[in-house]
Amino acid sequence: MSAGERAHDDRLLLDVRGLTVRFPTPDGVVQAVSDVSFQLHRGETLGVVGESGSGKSVSNLAIMGLLNRTRTVISGEVDFKGRNLLTWSSDELRKVRGKEIAMVFQDPFACLHPMYRVGAQIAEAVTAHSDIGNSRAWARAIELLDHVGIPNAKSRARDYPHQFSGGMRQRAMIAMALVHNPDILICDEPTTALDVTVQAQILELIEGVKREFDIGVILVTHDLGVVAETANSVMVMYAGRIMEYGPAFDIFSRPQHPYTWGLLDSMPSIDRRLEALVPIEGSPPSLLTPPSGCPFHPRCPYRFEPCATKLPPLEAPTAEAHLDACWLPWDKKVELGTQRAKKVAA
Amino acid sequence: MSANGSGSAENLVEIEHLTKHFAVKQGVFARGHAQVHAVEDVSFEVRRGETLGIVGESGCGKSTTARLMLRLLDLTAGTVRFDGRDISKLSQRKLRPIRREMQMIFQDPYASLNPRKTIGQIIGTPFAIHGVKGAKTRVQELLETVGLSPEHYNRYPHEFSGGQRQRIGVARALALSPKLIVCDEPVSALDVSIQAQVLNLLRTLQDDFNLTYVFITHDLSVLRQIADRIAVMYLGRLVEIGESEQIYEAPKHPYTAALLSAVPRAGIDPRERIMLIGDVPSPISPPPACVFHPRCPRFHKGHCDVVEPLLRELAPHQWAACHYPLERWPMSDAEIRQAEGARREDRPHLEGAAHEV
Ligand SMILES: Nc1ncnc2c1ncn2[C@@H]1O[C@H](COP(=O)(O)OP(=O)(O)OP(=O)(O)O)[C@@H](O)[C@H]1O
Ligand SMILES: Nc1ncnc2c1ncn2[C@@H]1O[C@H](COP(=O)(O)OP(=O)(O)OP(=O)(O)O)[C@@H](O)[C@H]1O
Ligand code: SF4
Ligand SMILES: [Mg+2]
Ligand SMILES: [Mg+2]
Repeated sequence: MSAGERAHDDRLLLDVRGLTVRFPTPDGVVQAVSDVSFQLHRGETLGVVGESGSGKSVSNLAIMGLLNRTRTVISGEVDFKGRNLLTWSSDELRKVRGKEIAMVFQDPFACLHPMYRVGAQIAEAVTAHSDIGNSRAWARAIELLDHVGIPNAKSRARDYPHQFSGGMRQRAMIAMALVHNPDILICDEPTTALDVTVQAQILELIEGVKREFDIGVILVTHDLGVVAETANSVMVMYAGRIMEYGPAFDIFSRPQHPYTWGLLDSMPSIDRRLEALVPIEGSPPSLLTPPSGCPFHPRCPYRFEPCATKLPPLEAPTAEAHLDACWLPWDKKVELGTQRAKKVAA
Repeated sequence: MSANGSGSAENLVEIEHLTKHFAVKQGVFARGHAQVHAVEDVSFEVRRGETLGIVGESGCGKSTTARLMLRLLDLTAGTVRFDGRDISKLSQRKLRPIRREMQMIFQDPYASLNPRKTIGQIIGTPFAIHGVKGAKTRVQELLETVGLSPEHYNRYPHEFSGGQRQRIGVARALALSPKLIVCDEPVSALDVSIQAQVLNLLRTLQDDFNLTYVFITHDLSVLRQIADRIAVMYLGRLVEIGESEQIYEAPKHPYTAALLSAVPRAGIDPRERIMLIGDVPSPISPPPACVFHPRCPRFHKGHCDVVEPLLRELAPHQWAACHYPLERWPMSDAEIRQAEGARREDRPHLEGAAHEV
């Protein structure tokens, strides 16, 4: 999309360009996120997938302004409603955070104070960004808890976090995130700690909230199944970079990148017992000394001459294709993709 | 259950009426103790050479069942027979020679390896304890068996990735040529690409060494790749057990159905999904009769909350503890709520009971 078009896209919420995050450490510089660009629109769920350490959380923490600025080097642009968040002061960011952009983490226990009643913590979030009185804030807290499906919200609001089950705590976190009707909800592994039957409830809740308030959702997860089911668009990350980015349906039906093929092929299927699972050989690289060229080349079965030395750009190989970062020529990708699809169908 | 009591030679492990209660302090203000009903009257057998999967949500008693089976915990009630011998009451000293034959692999490849010991020492420990000679060569052979290199002998755990550490755990478990390996969430902490490596390794080793596995996981997709039979647990109870194909293609217990239906995947319509209400209740005061009744889409008031359903063989070798087992599969949320009244013959005394949902 060109810059001109972008200006007219009133559904566009977030436009991230060239986001790069470096952590200087005694052992060297951790290249956590490199040149990440994506967009988020109202009504869209962007799924961010990738293995542990691929930079999923750090990207979002950078957007939220939650990284310590003195110990982190951040560059790029994060356009939110026409302004670059990365140039904002900490005070300005604090006003946006939790209000216009809210975040839900994997571990609600880490975010809920054990000594205060759940309702009081939500009421406090209500009063923090507005001058509503205490009793109205409490009423709003109950309303929100009820909204996210806490039974008997009125009495349960008086409970302490440990009296809530894991699923209820995650619901409470979502209620807290909704306090100020945010435009963007960032969910970082929101269901990883939950059982599947409860995960299904929470994913449905997030989807419902997205529709109802017409907001944008970034859903970070390592579970491809979760992404396949809930995301509209998908970003596949590896070693701090985007390997492939496009509409969810296309990513799952016509994946273009050898890393995505590897991820999909190593996924155990619930529908049948596979003769052998096809793992990706080796393990992810250290981000202190990431590989030269394509970061995936040491594990890629299809690497060839340019891969070890030249970094492939994130581009659409043809007009019909979505974005990928891989040197393989398009006809080769089509050929390998077709072979793969045949094997999967067999 | 079926083969129990007789002590069939086909079975490596037989557990009967296995029960474990933990005493816990309840709340800050409460005096006295409460009992956690971690495992309640569980019976099944593990056949030689098979992989028995145990699946269920967090806290349902999977790990406790495994630890009881290995006598790492004392039983509150019930019996465990290993290789034809009742080991329920053996002293730790008498258990020692049997311990060689049953090993365990844990979820967390980080926590279960001593960071100050070399890989050689870690894998060699069982040899040292049991006084086996030629340990170094054996360890190096084991490293190769699990896909590591003999040069790793003098390295420390922190130098290895998660998948490699899990291979070290596998090598340690294999050291004394056990008959049984209990794998407790062995791939849950690993990325998918690495999970596949470890699952393939476990499958190959089973064939090569004629191993019997008990494989614990909450991940039904992983389990499908490895289990021959599957036991489904809920709140300390065994609610269904059967061949893997039966569990996936024709589940009988509504809880099994809900578990299968909850797995996120492409192309599913979430509105068709069987949605359970709420969370798992506390194992301190489990619900009466059928423990699943407060969340069950087939709940029949006056029956499920009054009469405890016993395990019944509903298809050959497939047992489920439910008054209203599924007639077919798949089913949508709306369909599963229409339990057939046709099962009345099972409960003539309840003829005319309210069919509220
Ligand atoms: N404060 C920090 N200092 C140094 N390195 C860091 C810091 N925070 C994160 N990293 C590194 O940055 C990389 C990206 O981490 P990130 O948390 O974004 O990964 P992730 O994709 O979210 O992984 P996971 O799935 O495990 O949550 C990792 O290599 C991590 O070790
Ligand atoms: N030592 C203990 N003292 C008190 N309660 C315990 C103890 N060990 C386990 N429990 C309780 O027993 C129940 C069963 O626990 P268990 O660890 O067997 O579950 P699990 O199915 O393995 O769960 P997970 O999937 O979370 O590992 C839980 O409610 C747990 O809290
Ligand atoms: S660029 Fe080369 S190494 Fe990287 S994924 Fe493509 S083929 Fe493989
Ligand atoms: Mg993360
Ligand atoms: Mg466990």
